[in-house]
Amino acid sequence: MTRVSTSHVLLGLLATGPRHGYELKRAHDERLPRARPLAFGQVYATLARLHRDGLVAPAGQERDGGPDRTAYALTGEGPHALDRWLATVEPPMPYVASTLFAKVVVALLVADVDRARDYLIAQRRAHTARLRELTAVKTAPTASLDDVLAADFAIAHLDADLRWLHTTLDRVADWHREVHS
Amino acid sequence: MTYLQARGVVRAYGRTPALRGVTLDVAEGEIVAVTGPSGCGRSTLLHCLAGILRPDAGQVTWRGERIDGWSEAARSRLRRTEFGVLFQFGQLVAELTAAENVALPLLLAGTGRREARTAALTWLERLGVAEVADVRPGEMSGGQQQRCATARALVTEPRVLFADEPTGALDTLAGEQVLTHLVRLARDQHTTVVLVTHEPRVAGYADREVMLRDGVVDHSGLGLDASLPGGHR
Repeated sequence: MTRVSTSHVLLGLLATGPRHGYELKRAHDERLPRARPLAFGQVYATLARLHRDGLVAPAGQERDGGPDRTAYALTGEGPHALDRWLATVEPPMPYVASTLFAKVVVALLVADVDRARDYLIAQRRAHTARLRELTAVKTAPTASLDDVLAADFAIAHLDADLRWLHTTLDRVADWHREVHS
Repeated sequence: MTYLQARGVVRAYGRTPALRGVTLDVAEGEIVAVTGPSGCGRSTLLHCLAGILRPDAGQVTWRGERIDGWSEAARSRLRRTEFGVLFQFGQLVAELTAAENVALPLLLAGTGRREARTAALTWLERLGVAEVADVRPGEMSGGQQQRCATARALVTEPRVLFADEPTGALDTLAGEQVLTHLVRLARDQHTTVVLVTHEPRVAGYADREVMLRDGVVDHSGLGLDASLPGGHR
C-alpha cells in the first residue's frame, strides 16, 4: 500500500475554506478516524511545502488571546492539484510490504516450521481480538459514517490477513509433511 | 453451572465421521462463533446442540439437563419454545407474507392470531423491515428475507439462538445489517447465540470463537480459549 499523501489530504480539507494549522490537524484526525494522528510539526511542514509550491497561501492572521495563527487558503492552482490526485489510480499493491509476511518468510528461513507456526497462531489471536474490537466500534449506535468507513477498511484488511494466516498454516503443514515424509 | 454443553459428542453420516468427540461449554448470554474449514463438522455440531440431530455418542446438556436422549417430539417442542434456529437460507414459507411467516412459531405454540400478528410486527420493526410486513418472500431482497427469518427465529424470545451461516448467501452490507440487528437484539434479550461461520469478519461479532478441525475442537492455540466460557464484553 502506498503512503497517504498528507499534502493532498490537507488540500482537500482546505477546499472547504481557509483554516489554520491547529484546525487542520483536528479536521484531519476527525475525518480520518483510526489513521495515525497528524503531528503539529507535520502540519506546519506540509503547509510550508504547499506554500512553496504555490498551492496554498496565507489568508490572514488570527489572534485569539494566544499566539498568532496564520490561516491558509487554496490558491488558484490548489484545486487543480487536488483534482489530479483524486483522478490518479493508485498502483494496486505494487509490493508485498507487510511485516506479517516478512516474519513468516524469515521464520521459515532461519528457524523452523514450528517457529513460523507459533508466530502465526499468536498473530492470529491478536488479529482476531482487534477484529472483534473494531466490529464493536462499527456496530455501536453512536458510530459516525467516518467511524464506520474506517472500521470497515480495517476489518476488510484484517479479514484478508486472517484468511492468509489460515492458508499459510495449512500450506506450511503440507510442506512440512512432504519434506519429512 | 454451564448453560449449554457438549461432552465428547460423536456423530457420523454413514461411515463418514463428522464429529469425533467435541467438548464445548457455552455460558448463558454468550455469543460464540463456531468456525473451521469446510467439512470440519461445525454445522453438525450446531445441529446436535440444537437437538435437530442426535449424537451417536456423548452428551448434550442444557441448563444441567441431558437433551440428547429426548424423544423427537420433546426436542421438537424445545426448538419451538426455548431454542431459535436460523439457517443460511431463511426457509420462509413462500405462500405467506412476512408478518404471517414471523407469526407462525407463535401460532404453532397456541398464541392467538391477533397477539401473534402484533408480536410479528414488533419483531419486523426491530429488524428494520416493517415495510415488508405484507409482502411475500418472492418479492423481497435476500437481505429482507433473512431479516424476516431472523425475526421469526427471535419472535418466541428463545433462550438460545442457533445460527448456521446466517449471512452466507448475502452481500457484505446486507449480511452486516442482519448480524448487527441479530447481535444487538440478542444482547438486549440476554439470548445465548451459537453462530456457525467460516468468515473471520462474521466471527468478529461473537464474544468468543471456537474452531473445529477434523471433527474435534482445535486446541493448538488456533481454537481460541475453546473450553473456557466467558470472555464477555
